[in-house]
Amino acid sequence: MFVKCILVLLSAALVNNVILSQFLGLCPFLGVSKQVETAAGMGAAVIFVITIASAVCSAIYLAILVPLDLTYLNTIVFILVIACLVQLVEMVLKKMIPSLYQALGIYLPLITTNCAVLGIALNNVQNYTDHVMLYSIVNGLGASVGFTISIVLMAGIRERIATNDITRSFRGMPIVLVTAGLMAIAFCGFSGVI
Amino acid sequence: MKNKYIDAIYNGLIRENPTFVLMLGMCPTLAVTTSAVNGLGMGLSTTVVLMLSNLMIGCLRNIIPDKVRIPSYIVIIASFVTIVDMFLEAYVPSLYDALGIYIPLIVVNCIIFGRAEAFASKNPGPLSFCDGIGMGLGFTWAITVIGLIREFLGAGTLFGVEVLTNISGYQPISIFIMAPGAFFVLSCLTALQNKFKAPSATNTDDAGCESIACGGNCATCSGSLFVSNREVLEKARAEAEAKKAAEKAAKAAAAKAKKEAEAAAKAAEKE
Repeated sequence: MFVKCILVLLSAALVNNVILSQFLGLCPFLGVSKQVETAAGMGAAVIFVITIASAVCSAIYLAILVPLDLTYLNTIVFILVIACLVQLVEMVLKKMIPSLYQALGIYLPLITTNCAVLGIALNNVQNYTDHVMLYSIVNGLGASVGFTISIVLMAGIRERIATNDITRSFRGMPIVLVTAGLMAIAFCGFSGVI
Repeated sequence: MKNKYIDAIYNGLIRENPTFVLMLGMCPTLAVTTSAVNGLGMGLSTTVVLMLSNLMIGCLRNIIPDKVRIPSYIVIIASFVTIVDMFLEAYVPSLYDALGIYIPLIVVNCIIFGRAEAFASKNPGPLSFCDGIGMGLGFTWAITVIGLIREFLGAGTLFGVEVLTNISGYQPISIFIMAPGAFFVLSCLTALQNKFKAPSATNTDDAGCESIACGGNCATCSGSLFVSNREVLEKARAEAEAKKAAEKAAKAAAAKAKKEAEAAAKAAEKE
């Protein structure tokens, strides 16, 4: 089981990178990747939210939806749970750990309905049939670490690009997308590792 | 375009096309366009959800309190997505398997939230319904075209019909149907928009908007940034055209005056 946990973690973080091979959470990837510092903040907030959301969603799925035979309602339930959860986390952080709130606070509302959060929660309950809770948490952690890796790398590259002389038509978004494509090629190299 | 219903449809199809102009809903645009059929299926599913949710929100807009409107929209949209999801699973299982997780993810598609927030919450049901048709079909044709390009380059087929693969020794550029190809196709598209100064969200030369970013908050991003961006660009373009026309008129008038003067001089010489 321990070995499988490691495999799930690596596969979520590198092989099936949430942005570069699954295209989930593209808006923050393109929008909040101008500076390494903000990108890292966003990444930390995403790790925090996705891991908690994966745990809570799979717990609700196992404890309420499966016994009542309501698994077809998982989309509605998960999106509502995630939206409430982010609000709750924000309030708790503000009250209990103000220093962490100051670091992550501005990013938390941004990820309320980020498609990566919902996508991973749905993936968890579809892919794993045994030990759903454990693998969900590990998978959520892995995927969000993968998100952080790619957004921080992207921000580093974009800081360099900013001073480069780029063909006029490719300035702005096009060059960022080309960069993302090249990064995706690099991450394709991980396929087949596991 | 006097009829406001037809105008709402035209608006979504061309003028404020969600993919090419507003650059909304990029996640499904990149993820499911590996073939034209997938793009078409995704587009039509989104259209159905968009039409129904716009109609519902447009009709309920005076009943839903302003403070809880976002959760209410989420529930309405998620219900319709679940219906579409179950319908596809029952009647089109092959498409359901191909699209997989992206069907439930229609819930967090920025286009649907964006139109609910920007249009349906301010307009009556039937008009919002037409806006849903326009935006949905605009999204559908846009991602079908992107799917066609990727399928043609990456697999050598069009809608599954073999085209290039019949040529002996032809090797398709399979990277275009893999993940990186999606980024490359979209980057070429935005570069073309920059080149021809198309009034779109990413065309940043004249307008203030920097990227296709709502910062990742798909629920409250209504695409308003992009709408204003487009308006600025169209205004600038209209002004430039007016200036050009004025210059042309002035030139023509000057040329005419010169000709007349010459003719007068000639006449005077003859005399």
